[in-house]
Amino acid sequence: MTDDIRALTARLADEPSSLAFLELGEALRRRGQLEAAYKVARGGLSRYPGLADAHDLLGRILGDQGDLAGAFDAWADALRFDPMRSGALKGIGFLYFRAGNIEAALEHLQRAADIDPADESIAQALARVRAASRAIPSKEPEPATDTIAPAPVAAGPGGDGDAAAPIFSAPENGDQGVMLVDGNGLRLSGSLLSPANEDVGDRVAAELAGVSKEASRTAKLLGLGAWVAIAVESPEGNLFLVPPTPQTLLLTVRDPSLPMARLGLIAERAARDARAWLGVQE
Amino acid sequence: MSPTNAVLERVTRVPGVRGSLLISATDGLVVAERLMDGIDGRAIAALAASLIQRLVRATAGAGMRIPTFVHLRGHTGSVLAAPGRNDLVLVALAGADANLGLARVEMLDAVGRLA
Repeated sequence: MTDDIRALTARLADEPSSLAFLELGEALRRRGQLEAAYKVARGGLSRYPGLADAHDLLGRILGDQGDLAGAFDAWADALRFDPMRSGALKGIGFLYFRAGNIEAALEHLQRAADIDPADESIAQALARVRAASRAIPSKEPEPATDTIAPAPVAAGPGGDGDAAAPIFSAPENGDQGVMLVDGNGLRLSGSLLSPANEDVGDRVAAELAGVSKEASRTAKLLGLGAWVAIAVESPEGNLFLVPPTPQTLLLTVRDPSLPMARLGLIAERAARDARAWLGVQE
Repeated sequence: MSPTNAVLERVTRVPGVRGSLLISATDGLVVAERLMDGIDGRAIAALAASLIQRLVRATAGAGMRIPTFVHLRGHTGSVLAAPGRNDLVLVALAGADANLGLARVEMLDAVGRLA
């Protein structure tokens, strides 16, 4: 334990209600002691649930832990209590970038830059995302914050990767519960287990054949434009369908306790991985 | 006003919702509707029923029960559907600016009361 961490720990022990947890949590995070940092941040938040700094800290820690959805929520909470929090805007901007939503990423980063024009890291992040929006997607730039490492680029069908290897790079997008299906109802990647733990991937893939066309037809005839997503709530799980390409369908399934909007974010990220794996340039 | 029309009225009052209707899931026919002028309830009913049937089969294949809520999102709007009992489905057509969270809550509440 370094001197500063020891001193901050002692200070927090003497004054549990002090704001020393912010410094201690950040110091632990920077040292890579993420579990300890998480506990400190959570402890602080239990005392100060309305403190934007504490939510921002939690966002950085969760980002480092790879819980990007959790980081998103934490930064969103930080902005709820302090809409001018540039660190949270920068973090969310990066998450949108990771999800492939360049427009939202630029919007958040621009807001962060407007609030804090002296922060060079924001200006650099903005420049990188702008450059990335014009570049080939596989040339993903360094992350827009110093808190999250970029996901590895998945090996596509034409690459030297194992065909059975996971294609969904984000930690919460392990191939379990995420399935890529072609237009003929054949599974391209991923797997799906039923609530009874049976492998139902092929059966569901077959049932999904034609859903994309059906959705496309419905949206077009009802004047809704091109279809973007289908969210399905069921007592046993929530399903989210997106079309990574016109010929494929991506199904993401999660426990119903996961908010649908967050599932949508996970699905968008998985769709981006799928497009990269399929060799589609964005 | 009948209970059915009352729930349709309540859903249609949600900002951004352009109309709502109660349909039969099996044959895609309109049971009751409250739609803005120019919106064809029969088309919505037929298309929504067909899509929901496919999704019901997919969820069944996944070992799950019938969906409680379905949201088809397009670039300029959404179709929302809340399957209920007796083969009935409450459907709403919403614009891109609609309060979808409120529409969802109202529809789930309405379907529960129609059951």
